[in-house]
Amino acid sequence: MSNVPRKPAGPVGIPDPWNILGKFTAARIGLGRAGGSVPTRPLLDFQLSHARARDAVHHTLDVQALAVRLRETGREVLTLLSAAPDRSTFIARPDLGRILGASSKAALEAKALPNEPFDVAFVVADGLSAMAVEAHAAAFLDTILPRLDADGWRIAPLAIVEQGRVAVADEVGALLHAKLSVILIGERPGLSSPDSLGLYLTWDPLPGRSNAERNCISNIRPPEGLSYALAAHKLHFLMTESRRRKLSGVDLKEDAPALASTGAPDRLEQAG
Amino acid sequence: MAVYTHIVGAVTYRFEDLRTLLAKATPARSGDRLAGIAAATAEERVAAQMTLAEVPLARFLDEAVVPYETDEITRLIIDTHDAAAFAPIAHLTVGDFRDWLLSYEVDGAALTALAPGLTPEMVAAVSKLMRIQDMVLVARKVRVVTAFRDTLGLPGRLSCRLQPNHPTDDTRGIAAAVLDGLLYGCGDAVIGINPATDNLEQVTRLLLLLDEVIQTYRIPTQSCILTHVTTSMDAMRRGAPMDLVFQSIGGTEAVNRSFGVHAAMLGEADAMARALGRGTVGDNVMYFETGQGSALSANAHHGVDQQTIEARAYGLARQYRPLLVNSVVGFIGPEYLNGREIIRAGVEDHFCGKLLGLPMGMDVCYTNHADADQDDMDTLLTLLGTAGVNYIMGVPGADDIMLNYQSTSFHDTLYLRQTLGLRPAPEFEDWLARMGILEDGLRLAPANASHPLLALADTAAA
Repeated sequence: MSNVPRKPAGPVGIPDPWNILGKFTAARIGLGRAGGSVPTRPLLDFQLSHARARDAVHHTLDVQALAVRLRETGREVLTLLSAAPDRSTFIARPDLGRILGASSKAALEAKALPNEPFDVAFVVADGLSAMAVEAHAAAFLDTILPRLDADGWRIAPLAIVEQGRVAVADEVGALLHAKLSVILIGERPGLSSPDSLGLYLTWDPLPGRSNAERNCISNIRPPEGLSYALAAHKLHFLMTESRRRKLSGVDLKEDAPALASTGAPDRLEQAG
Repeated sequence: MAVYTHIVGAVTYRFEDLRTLLAKATPARSGDRLAGIAAATAEERVAAQMTLAEVPLARFLDEAVVPYETDEITRLIIDTHDAAAFAPIAHLTVGDFRDWLLSYEVDGAALTALAPGLTPEMVAAVSKLMRIQDMVLVARKVRVVTAFRDTLGLPGRLSCRLQPNHPTDDTRGIAAAVLDGLLYGCGDAVIGINPATDNLEQVTRLLLLLDEVIQTYRIPTQSCILTHVTTSMDAMRRGAPMDLVFQSIGGTEAVNRSFGVHAAMLGEADAMARALGRGTVGDNVMYFETGQGSALSANAHHGVDQQTIEARAYGLARQYRPLLVNSVVGFIGPEYLNGREIIRAGVEDHFCGKLLGLPMGMDVCYTNHADADQDDMDTLLTLLGTAGVNYIMGVPGADDIMLNYQSTSFHDTLYLRQTLGLRPAPEFEDWLARMGILEDGLRLAPANASHPLLALADTAAA
């Protein structure tokens, strides 16, 4: 064949002159165009991110390492299992991730608890990104717990739930006799954020609570997302208001400047 | 309660009531399996479809799938049913209704006139007997046109919601994405931000930002901050520049309670926003999002299949003459769906919404724990473009960095317009031409390093 294609002098796809604005956002702006379509290089960048996010969903939480790390705070740490026995069942059966497995439930029921209820129970669950929990949960607790101690909050033993979803904190909170539950949970991995931590607060946790009865702070993921300090500031405010008004969720909405954050913004069940 | 039966070979299939029959007849959907209401076998599903085909449409007016006494959406459906509009099909069974819809004689005008006579359950029922091509063909007959600062849903047009979300609502980050979308010819349906946090101050700040962009560049489009309806009402009371009021809704009173809303609240918000008089060519002011599976997530499905419940959400939405309605088809309860199920669900939702008289768009999307990919999205996108969808989403590079899911992109919008010969909303097309962004309504003008819109980045930084 005499017709060997010549190597082009440069990329055929045309870059966008505003692609320098990418310094203001991680969004995929200024990708350029081939006709009106995405040029090959950003196309393959996307495919790589998707492949990594798929891998993150299936990553398994290293429970023992997390438990060791949390015990360094000097607090009791409970390791629990949801009713979903493994990762693939967890993904296919959200209902099982919302309740404790039989042995974990029995262990909590048998646990000796003080007569006076705890003010708050913290639950840490892998959710849809164990990577998020491994990256951020301990450091966030290091930030918030001393503030609560200083405020006189009575904090229940810390609970780690494997294969857990948001609502599992209702059952854990109820069994630990806590007035308030706060769950730290791995949010569904995005293409650009495989390790985003979410946080849901529920007053008077009981199985059957609805999403409208929770307050959410999402995207805890420094340095790109919310910092631990700001997330702790927001949570501390919400917890204080929740305790004062004895409620959580839509009705807890506050006009306090840049503080309250209510509900998952609209597309619910980010972490399910 | 009636019992519905059908004999297939040696087996007599019995279905306790209409609700059960619909659930057994619905195409395979993992949310219905999780709810424990799906057909046990493939044959049972077809037997249920055969049974359903023989049920008279009039039966749906006598047997509610969620009790009238305990559900305000059932009451809305029954109390607002228009018997005169229903008259032309009052004698048909569900199966005959499918054939009627497909017939040459039934055109867009007939379907528009019919809409108030249809209940969501009738529409859901017939869709269960239809293949994808049937739903594409029938939906394509219907145009639902709405307007605020531009006119959406006209024949030969495809609009796009510019969705410039940012994980910390950073003004410059949002402005950069708005700029990117506008320079790709997107944003005629709405420039709509999902805020990372929905407190009043933040929402007001974002409303002011978008209002300034729209006013400065005289863009014939509207803005929306997708926050809870009560936050939007608070913002309006404080005088914030609110174009559209957003709310996620579902198809039962109980699921809406889980969202913290009810019908009267939506009506109040609609009236407040319309009274502001901010639209220039129309006064449709509501924006609703829905999605199969939300009632299951909220444990509020009453044993009704997720597709029928979704259609009931449209029954609620149409009470408010919305500018925009879209299902977020691969998002709500995404763990229930793979690519194949998302594709069918998207076509069903568009069909049911259009038949009920709604200006249906679609968030063609998936999340990273669904077994789906870009090829699935391209398939659904192309089907919906063919079916005449009013608008799709435009997210930079299809990657929403705040909501952590993949939707469609500005480039996807251009692909669909180019492939199917669809143009932006007319007022917006004129603006794009004036701004030197699109040539001929269909193709991008060469990128211009000194485009006046680039100053938008400085506006936001100021």
